[in-house]
Amino acid sequence: MAVTVILPSVLAAHAGGARSIEASGRTLGEAVADVAARFPALGPRLQDKDGKPYPFVVFYINDEDVRFRGGFAAPIQDGDEVTVIPAIAGG
Amino acid sequence: MSASVVTPVVPRALKALPLACRNCGAERPAGALAVCEQCLGPLDPRYDPQRALPDAGTIASRAPSLWRYREWLPLEGEPVHSPDSGFTPLVDAPALARRWGLGRVWVKNDTVCHPTLSFKDRVVSVAINTAAALGLDTIGCASTGNLANAVAAHAARAGLGAWIFIPVELEVAKVVATSVYRPHLVRVRGTYDDVNRLCAQVADRFGWGIVNVNLRGYYAEGSKTLAFEIAEQLGWRLPDAVVAPMAGGSLVTKLQKGFGEFLAAGLVDGAPPRLYGAQAAGCAPIVHLFERGGTQIEPEVPNTIVRSLAIGNPADGAFAVRAMRESGGWSTAVTDQEVVDGIRLLAEATGILAETAGGVTVAAAEALAGTGRLGPADEVVLAITGHGLKTLDAISATLVEAPVIAPRLREVAALVEAA
Repeated sequence: MAVTVILPSVLAAHAGGARSIEASGRTLGEAVADVAARFPALGPRLQDKDGKPYPFVVFYINDEDVRFRGGFAAPIQDGDEVTVIPAIAGG
Repeated sequence: MSASVVTPVVPRALKALPLACRNCGAERPAGALAVCEQCLGPLDPRYDPQRALPDAGTIASRAPSLWRYREWLPLEGEPVHSPDSGFTPLVDAPALARRWGLGRVWVKNDTVCHPTLSFKDRVVSVAINTAAALGLDTIGCASTGNLANAVAAHAARAGLGAWIFIPVELEVAKVVATSVYRPHLVRVRGTYDDVNRLCAQVADRFGWGIVNVNLRGYYAEGSKTLAFEIAEQLGWRLPDAVVAPMAGGSLVTKLQKGFGEFLAAGLVDGAPPRLYGAQAAGCAPIVHLFERGGTQIEPEVPNTIVRSLAIGNPADGAFAVRAMRESGGWSTAVTDQEVVDGIRLLAEATGILAETAGGVTVAAAEALAGTGRLGPADEVVLAITGHGLKTLDAISATLVEAPVIAPRLREVAALVEAA
């Protein structure tokens, strides 16, 4: 499945300045792993060394929080839009 | 006659403090940015540990606003906007102390915070001055209501633009009390968490100062002033416990930080207060994390009348849990019926009409006293954070309708007879 991953500006710098990149996989976790393989500087900022999500980086599939859909195990469809949003904690 | 020489007092230019990542320690200059570019951890303002701090007498001689604690706020120089928020009353509540069997109960009454009757005036005062220091001409927020009121009011007064995003289902009073200031008010189909996510994208796209997104590191520091005021108003000492409502969870963390800073400065001594965080049972992800253990919030879909606390994905939730645990406090959730009862109890016992979040705090204190978490030796402060005129719908149906009579004395006499 081919999806578009939308990055926040703080992460775009780690993807050569791109604000959106294409990725493929059957699940969100596979798509993130695909991105991580192609953008080595970006990978560790999207997932930890075990390939798990961080608590302060939130993924949305078509605007729905993936934590309601099984996290990285959430299935993805062709054409889905995956948005990455840093959780904004209170400093 | 010689003319006297007058040296004009030139205020120091306002500057926002530089930032540092709480996660990895990376430092960066001041800016409208809330997350670390290296690890996406939260950014905190970086204070100069060598800065001169005032003593109690100096603070007490200053104007009664939150800016009397400016050395602990993330700006250098004099504020240029909103000089008069904060310093709300600390009200003795002996009837509550008797009812609950506690040593003493105080109400920190932010229902009268200036100018929009909630503690959000504190954080917005800090945020709008940060926006000025950073040269931003537009501020905004994602809000459950109180913050919308505050951002709209402070921006209007300062002549700044405002873009305010709220969930479409919000109390009428909170919508009207925002619209009156003529901001760009946008109602979003979805929950607060949807609005918050949208605002993260908005801040990224338009470069505005979204106070609780890209200015959040600065903005949240304003909450510490609640702790500073409690300490000063108790006569430069600390209470045993504070009960506070939790939405995003920031307030509890900032109470801990504020009390800690006054202890470090030698302005107070003794043990830091135990912190008790309260949520509505219909949206209690922080309470559930506290009970479950661990460090990861599991988001919830809110279902409660307490809209001002209806944040299912609280960004500071894990930090709030840590603050409660470290302080020796606890966390509890209360039902919507208990919230209504809490509002009525506070009103009858103290004369203070609180919004639903205040009902949560009061009901939680009652529950904590009932289970012995709060006891007879404790001096307890309740953080009452918003005015009840904003959420009248929550209680109006529970009140007895007043009788209607003709203007005749005998009709009054009949009522007196029946009373």
